[in-house]
Amino acid sequence: MSAFLIRRLLRFVVVCVGVSLVTFAILHASGDPVALIMPEAPEADRAKLREALGLSDPLPTQFVRFVSNAARGDFGRSFFHREPAFRLVVERMPTTLALTSLAVVLALAVALPVGIVSAVRRNTLIDHGATAIVMLGQSMPVFWIGIMLMLLFAVQWRLLPVSGWETWASMLLPAVTLGAFTTPLFMRIIRSSMLEVLNLDYVRTARSKGIAEWIVICRHAFRNAALPIVTVIGLQFGLLLGGAVLTETVFAVPGVGRLIVGAIRQLDFPIVQAGVFLLAMVIVTVNLLVDVLYVYLNPTIRLR
Amino acid sequence: MAVSLSRESLGHVAATPASRGSRAWRRFALNPATVTGMLILLVVAGAAVAAPWVAPHDPAKQSLLRRFTPPMWQAKGNPAYPLGTDQVGRDVLSRLIHGARISLLVGVAAVVVSLAVGVTAGLVSGFVGGKVDTAIGTVVDVTLSFPQILLALAFVAALGPSLVTIIVVLGLTGWERYARVVRAEVLALREKEFIEAARAIGVGRWRIIFRHVLPNTVPSIVVLSTLQVAQAILAEAALSFLGVGSGSAYPTWGQMISLGRDFVTVAWWLPTLPGLAILLTVLAINLVGDRLRDALDPRAT
Repeated sequence: MSAFLIRRLLRFVVVCVGVSLVTFAILHASGDPVALIMPEAPEADRAKLREALGLSDPLPTQFVRFVSNAARGDFGRSFFHREPAFRLVVERMPTTLALTSLAVVLALAVALPVGIVSAVRRNTLIDHGATAIVMLGQSMPVFWIGIMLMLLFAVQWRLLPVSGWETWASMLLPAVTLGAFTTPLFMRIIRSSMLEVLNLDYVRTARSKGIAEWIVICRHAFRNAALPIVTVIGLQFGLLLGGAVLTETVFAVPGVGRLIVGAIRQLDFPIVQAGVFLLAMVIVTVNLLVDVLYVYLNPTIRLR
Repeated sequence: MAVSLSRESLGHVAATPASRGSRAWRRFALNPATVTGMLILLVVAGAAVAAPWVAPHDPAKQSLLRRFTPPMWQAKGNPAYPLGTDQVGRDVLSRLIHGARISLLVGVAAVVVSLAVGVTAGLVSGFVGGKVDTAIGTVVDVTLSFPQILLALAFVAALGPSLVTIIVVLGLTGWERYARVVRAEVLALREKEFIEAARAIGVGRWRIIFRHVLPNTVPSIVVLSTLQVAQAILAEAALSFLGVGSGSAYPTWGQMISLGRDFVTVAWWLPTLPGLAILLTVLAINLVGDRLRDALDPRAT
């Protein structure tokens, strides 16, 4: 167990370094970011900015400085807002995490019952219906789902606000949009995990002992299917945050995603780097927690 | 046994009606879902190839007199503009037809890039093993630590938006699935008798990889590729929705949704129809891909 923990933590550190390298590369991908930021400025001004940003040092020096600054939460000042980029991103993090959590809760509320029922009643009308919904849902762009919901609930029926994040009513459409994007994903994972477990001998044994079917499903089958479900959902967290970025843009939700998208359009690199880095850290941490939880909750591994 | 199986997946034996390959193939080809998907794809691909000839109007031609003409089945519709016009009077149908070009081109080309990178990484990872395997695994872990769309967006913006940039960036942010699938197949195949036999009679390492291992991974790669094209089309649409499209004035479906979003209160068809085009195309690819998986890869179901 502790050997696993140490190995897993080591991998965490290595991946963190890799994430910093990629984030660092965003600024340098263009070759000369200063030419990109101020295309019409005279060379003297450009040289001044290059000096101020430390861009004239050798790349390895710059990378070490980037990592040590990033570790202290310093990504420089936003070119546009003239404030520390890190703070601007951290301020908006709760909104993004709230949107994501709401969406996960909504998606689980739908996907758990439907996924379990369609596994138990395999190849029935319910199962085929659920499979069709999964198929449709995975073929729609999430931002389009958002605009269609907006068209119906905010424009046509005038039930909910078009955009924003100030009231509970305004949170509903973004949460439902991201939830609708997430539900098919979860539904497929839950269905296939349940199918795998339902065919096992111990489930048949439980049934043959005369235990009520719903107890067999909930207590015997689901308990063992739950673990892979958690793992796969953890692995899909990047997709979920990507969906959050698009949802925030559609509904003007003041979260990290919208901040980064705006910053990318303005070539405000400190914010882009801070935002991309922090979102990646969220994903890396979620993956670490899921892996540790998996080993901790799985007695066959824990006892070894 | 192992040798004959590998031949079969290469298509050498597939001609005999009794073989598993041809039965699976017939089940695939006659499936209503496959037929529907293929028909939709034929229409979309045909529209993309023949866009300048089949589009009723010039997709860039503006006319302020005609702006916000609704689709023809609505009260103020005009049959000359069957799907209506946009905020500057451009024909929506013609723009949709031309938009199919970018979607399909980027979708397929990005997957070709992913395929080249991912299959190479997977083969090397599975065959060489050891430190190289760990290193490639770490690169995969790092790639998976970012929301793909955000990473692609940042790099496309930094490199300057262009069609080639989009294709390369989407390709380089979507290769890890190939690496994982091919690596797993190589690890499984490495232990098979026919590979061992080849090694025993002195066949070189690279010849084993290219003549014996790679052909056996083809079914999984084909299945994965169809589904990846669907993902790449969605990703391209998301990029142009977020405003870093190909950088040209050429219409794309994502960009049409993005522009249409601002007129959602006055012209419902502007954001709705391009989304339906994406939905139909991606759905068709997914339908065909799923059936293909059932036919080629019985383990996955």
